[in-house]
This record gives sequence, structure tokens and C-alpha cells, in this order.
Amino acid sequence: MKQYRTHLLVCAGTGCVSCGSFKIKEALEKEIKAKGLDREVQVVATGCNGFCERGPIVMVQPDGIFYQLLKIEDVPHLVEEHLLKGRPVKKLMYVPPAEKQPVPKMKDIEFFKHQRLIVLRNRGRIDPEKIEEYIAFDGYEAMGKALSGMTPAEIVDEITFAGLRGRGGAGFPTGKKWAICAAEKATPKYLICNGDEGDPGAFMDRSVLEADPHAVLEGMVIGAKAIGASKGFVYIRHEYPLALKRMEIAIGQARDNGLLGEDILGTGFDFDLEIVQGAGAFVSGEETALIASVEGRIAMPRQRPPYPAHKGLWGKPTVINNVETWATVPNIIRRGSDWFQGLGTDTSKGTKIFSLVGKIANTGLVEVPMGITLREIVYGVGGGIPDKRDFKAIQIGGPSGGCLPAKLLDLPVDYESLTAAGAMMGSGGMIVMDDKTCMVDVAKYFLNFLQDESCGKCVSCREGTQRMYEIVKGITEGKGKESDLDLLEEVANVCKDASMCALGQTAGNPILTTLRYFRHEYEAHILDKRCPAGVCKALIRYVVLAEKCTGCQSCKKACPNDCIKGTLKDIHLIDQIRCIKCGACKEACKFEAIEEQREEAIQII
Amino acid sequence: MITFRMNGLEVQAEEGSTILDTAKFYGLAIPTLCHHEGLTEFGGCRLCVVEIGEGLRSKLVSSCTYPVEPGLVVRTDSARVWKSRRMMIELMLAMAPGSKVLQDLASKYGVTKVRFAPRDGQCVLCGLCTRICAEQMDAQAIGFQQRGHKRKISTPFDMRSEVCRLCGACMYVCPACQLRCQGPRAETALCNACLAMAPSCLEHYDDLQCWMYDAGRCGTCVQDKKS
Repeated sequence: MKQYRTHLLVCAGTGCVSCGSFKIKEALEKEIKAKGLDREVQVVATGCNGFCERGPIVMVQPDGIFYQLLKIEDVPHLVEEHLLKGRPVKKLMYVPPAEKQPVPKMKDIEFFKHQRLIVLRNRGRIDPEKIEEYIAFDGYEAMGKALSGMTPAEIVDEITFAGLRGRGGAGFPTGKKWAICAAEKATPKYLICNGDEGDPGAFMDRSVLEADPHAVLEGMVIGAKAIGASKGFVYIRHEYPLALKRMEIAIGQARDNGLLGEDILGTGFDFDLEIVQGAGAFVSGEETALIASVEGRIAMPRQRPPYPAHKGLWGKPTVINNVETWATVPNIIRRGSDWFQGLGTDTSKGTKIFSLVGKIANTGLVEVPMGITLREIVYGVGGGIPDKRDFKAIQIGGPSGGCLPAKLLDLPVDYESLTAAGAMMGSGGMIVMDDKTCMVDVAKYFLNFLQDESCGKCVSCREGTQRMYEIVKGITEGKGKESDLDLLEEVANVCKDASMCALGQTAGNPILTTLRYFRHEYEAHILDKRCPAGVCKALIRYVVLAEKCTGCQSCKKACPNDCIKGTLKDIHLIDQIRCIKCGACKEACKFEAIEEQREEAIQII
Repeated sequence: MITFRMNGLEVQAEEGSTILDTAKFYGLAIPTLCHHEGLTEFGGCRLCVVEIGEGLRSKLVSSCTYPVEPGLVVRTDSARVWKSRRMMIELMLAMAPGSKVLQDLASKYGVTKVRFAPRDGQCVLCGLCTRICAEQMDAQAIGFQQRGHKRKISTPFDMRSEVCRLCGACMYVCPACQLRCQGPRAETALCNACLAMAPSCLEHYDDLQCWMYDAGRCGTCVQDKKS
């Protein structure tokens, strides 16, 4: 193998790729060649580094220098200074908000400091398209151990003792699920990897599949041995082309190396994997709907029991686990259940990946130990709220999770605490909201998503989400009635109670948690016809503040509906009847002379 | 035989039967809509929900799809169950106010108001028609389309289905079609519905899709003439 003095690790997760990281990689390679360094420096495309806010990202190893927000123009300078002259380029380094000095090394950056990487241990470190790099970092060691040195019962016991719980959201003990399936006599048995991640703002599974597909694959082979399965399916949604491509490459490489297929590692164990592409339904993430989808039917959940572990794919015993769960398995087998036991809380072991998005300084993917408080995630890892605004709420667990207020910031993140607070672990999406967010509008957004994505089988879910959406939409438009809140609560509770699958059973959460923690906002919308955050268009109006307006006309030019009157150097006026309340004028004004008025807007017009 | 408790009584049922089967056998009334003997269970209308389990772990399940298991504790008419059933009836009535089946259920379960804006629909998406078409008539001429709020029942690509034999089984099982056979204003003495006949199928297809000998005379597809 060729030796290089320096490795440039270019992040090639979907986030950085869409910011142009492949072009950066090309430019780097070209520049390095031009400088004659191509024998000394290697450029590697890695999986998602996690700090998506700062993409495209390049790490220089072994120096550990972290370069961010790169542009093609920066490349020649970077190669010249760092690689040729050995002087790291300060202006391309990360500068923490409110500070002036850049932080050169990745390990010193706040965002990375608090994380504990287990599932994502190979992120930003290996080329996910090369099996050799995975093997070099202890890859397939656990599989070797499980296949040659452990009985199926020992594997199940190891996972059970480790206390691993399903990372898809519900938190069912993985070991227990495996044990149930292993005890079934019917054959063949199947394994499924659930990569149908559909939550808005969540990209944990995508990043794991993109950064370390072999870890998922290895976990599945270990699981197959444990329950005696001979065939597995990796279900990845069609919207993740990069994840699909990398998984396909990984499966091909594993087959070529005798790590998949017949007689794996010469142990006589046969197991093979197939990729199934999802067609875009959110509900396919529900396990029975996913099975229906793999079988070629409409993704519509069915009644459990029988659980898939008894009767799943084609009526045969099937274990379905989330991408993250599968990727955790090899780590447990390799390092032992005692080690894993030591991480996390009493009931929730190990680490959990969250995608941190919304009004937060450090958008990205983080892996933290269970039991960490929300405050540590938001203010420690996340770097707080940008623009010096106040934290208002954090939405956890996807569209059917819940919105938790600031007073719950010290809540430890584990399955039980989150459920008790009205949210749920879900697959791990975290959306941070600041004081400019209207909670009624947020509830409306999630209900709109849910009424679209409900499979439509249960009346409670299909009609319930539609009616809740109608009512909340009315409230945001100033048409709310006092009785609406009770009705909303009633529908939400029945939807939760009477629906068949987890989608319907949690579809009431956006309403129930916002009503529980932000009832005053609903009341302001209904009783005062006022949107406290100034978001709901029907309840605000834009006005020009005469004392600040300089008559510069920039608002007039920005208005898409031509409803601002005023000549140069004269105070402008917004035609309230024609105003579509897009807010473009406010954004265009450099003098803060346009304000949204929130009080009794409806009566004035 | 499997032994479990239902409404405080010890009951027995054969393995593989559902809670609904057992309740029927013991003479306990559980309302149903999307259930039909001879068709596979669907579990969509949620009218037949019952409460299982005890204390904090109790939950509602649809009795038509839930298989009996030893040690099960079932309550068929708890407050929680009734609250849900009432809401289901209210939600479905708002979808299809013209259904006599639903109107009757509303009276039976004390649903006295519908707090949602009524839709001018006729279908509650119970799926009985698609199942009878596929399972008993072996045709699969109609099926569900889309999901969520766009869900509807139609023929493939909304075109005249070649496998449809106009057998009318779908209309026979439909819980929402039944009242419409008496015209849209059955409560008034003078209906005159047939004078305003406008077979709705003609809006979709070139030919009348009626299984009756006399096209449209039953009034099933009568609509208010858009004048």
C-alpha cells in the first residue's frame, strides 16, 4: 500500500456535496498534482462529518486541522500555504461565534468536544466506498468474532445484556426482539434494515448509510447469525441516492471479499443482502407498512400482533431494526456488553445520534451519550441560538414528536423522560426554535405533513389529522373560536387512542404538547386575534415607521405586488389591501423602518 | 381453546379468532362498519375499538383485527371506548352526511352534534367495496388511490376498468350508498330527485356504469342538478 504524508479528508455527505464538496475535491486533486505533491498527499472523500452548517469541510490529517466553508477559489491558497509551506490557513478555520480567534483543531471545537462517537466512529475518517479502510479501523472484526467464536444464543445474550434499545424511536429492547425471533421455528427467517427516514429535518440514517455502510452490513450479518436468517433487505428511501449508491458498493465489496453470500469467512454460514428502494411514503417507516412495501403492496400498516418477529415478511419470522441500531451492533460485539452498559442512563444505554437543525448556531449531526440534558445539546454542542435571540422550544422526535419549552431544558434525553414530557425519542430529529417562531404555526406545519402522510386507513388518523389541521389553520387565520381548543384536544386524544399504528398514535403530539406548554399562544390567536411571534400572516400587517423612513425606495423595489407608494426621499406607504404580507419590504429596509404590527390587525383594515 | 376475560367475565374462544368474533358469540354488541363476514378484516373504521390491558398499559385496539390471546383482559364498553366511537361517528358523519348507516349509529351512540364542517362526500373510505371486488368477485376493478387527505377509491388510472363486470357488489356492501337510494332529500315528502337525475359516472366515463336494468332509476347516483 502506498504511503502518504498527508491526507485531505473531504466531507462527501449529502449536505457538503450539495455545497459543492465534489468540486472542491476535484480542485484539490488538480492543484496538488500541479504542485507535484500527488505522491505525498492523498485526497479522500469521506462520509458526513456532522458539522453540516460549515460545509464544505476538509480535514487535514495527521495535523487534525479543520477547514470549513471552502470555496473553489480558496483551494490554490490552501494547497500552497498548508501543504507546501506547512502553514495552516487561519482564515479558513472555524471561528466560534462571539470570539475572534480561530480554533485550528477539530478536537478543540465545541461542536465536536461533547460528542461521543460510537456509531459514527468512522465518520469523516474513512472513505465509505473502500472496504479496506473500514477493515483498517477494526471493521468486520466483530463479525469474525460472532461467526467463528459465538453461538447464536451468546450473541443474543450479549445484545440483551448491553441493554441496546431500538433506535427507530419506540425503544424496544433489541435483544428481546432477536430472542423472540430466534425462538421461532418457521424458516426461512428474514432481516430488514429500516432506512426509511422521513421526518422533516432528520438525516441520521442517511448519514450513517453514507458514512459507514459496512457497519450496517456487519451488524446485519451478526444479527442474521443470532436469529438464523439467511436473507436480509436494506430498505432505503429513493430520496437518498448517495446512501443507496454507497450501500450497493458496500454489498458488492463484501460479497467479493467473502464477507457476504455463501460460506461467510469459511464458517459455513450463508447470508445475503438485497437493497429495496422506498417510494416516498413516510408511513413506510412503520414496520408492518415497510414489510407490505417490500412485498410489493401498498405501504399500509396492519394490526400487531402478530408481530413481525413471529410473522413478518411473507408470513415468516422477521427482525426489523433501524439503521442506527444495526450500526451499533458490531461495536457491542467487538467491545463487549459491559463497555456498552457503562454508557448512558439506567434504562437507556449507549449513545444516540441527533440531527440538530432549526435556529441553532451549529446545525449538524451529533452523537451524544444518552442522559445528556437538552441544555447541553442546545448550548454546548449546538452553540446556542444565533443572532442573540432567545430559545423558545425544541421539537423532538419528528413530526409526531412534541415541542418542549425552555423550562424543560434540563430534561435528560432518554426514552422515558421524553415520553413523560409528551415528546418522544423518535428517530432523533431535533428542531430548535427561537422567539420568532409561532407555536400555532409550527403545529399547523406538522399537521399538514401528517395529513399528507397518513396512510389513510384509520378514520381516527386520516380524518383526525385533517380536522386538526383545519381547526389550527382557522386559528392562524384569525377565525378561531374558544371552543376550538377543547375540540382540538379531544380529537388529538382520540387520534392517539384509537389509531392502529404509531403514526396515528403519535399524530396528536404536536397539538397536545403545544397546547400543554404554549396554550397562551393559542389563546392570543383566538381571543386577541394576535400572533405574538408575528408569523401568522392574517394577524399582522406591515407598516412604515414615518420617523425612520428615509424614502430610499428599496422596499418599493422589493415589493412583488407593487403595493408600496412613495417617491424618492418621501415617506413611503404600504397599501394594506393589496399587501400580501410576504415581508420582503421588511427584509429590504436598511433602516428598520418597516415593522410588523401584531395588535388588532384585522379590525384596522 | 383460549381463555381470557371480557367485561369481567371469563370467556373462551378458539385460537385464531378475533375479539369481535368472541364478543358476537357471547352476545356482546360491538358496532362495526368496515367489517363484513366473508371479507378479510381491514380495521379502518375504528368503530369496533375495545380497551385491552389494565391500568397504565391499557390501550384501544380494533376488535375485528385483534387475535385473542390467553390472559387478555377486554372491556368492550368503557368510557374511553365510547368516547372514541363517538368521535369516529362524528368524523365519518362529517364526511358522508347522507349515510343512513352512520345516521343510525349516531342516534344509537348519542352523537347529537357534528362539530366539523360537513363535506359533500359520499364515501367514508371503509374499503368494503374494494375488498368485495377483489376477494369475492375476483375482479380488483377498484382500489385505493393516494394516501392521507388525498385518498380515494377509484379504478386504475381513473379509467373505465376492463375487469369490471358491473356486478354491483360494491354498491351492495357500501354503508354510505344506502340512504342515497331514497334520494337526497328523503325527509321531505316531495323528493323529485329523479327529475334532477345526473348520473355521476358520466362525469368520469363515456358510458353509463350502471348495473341496474334502468339506468340511474334507483337514484343512487342522483345529484343536485347544477343549475
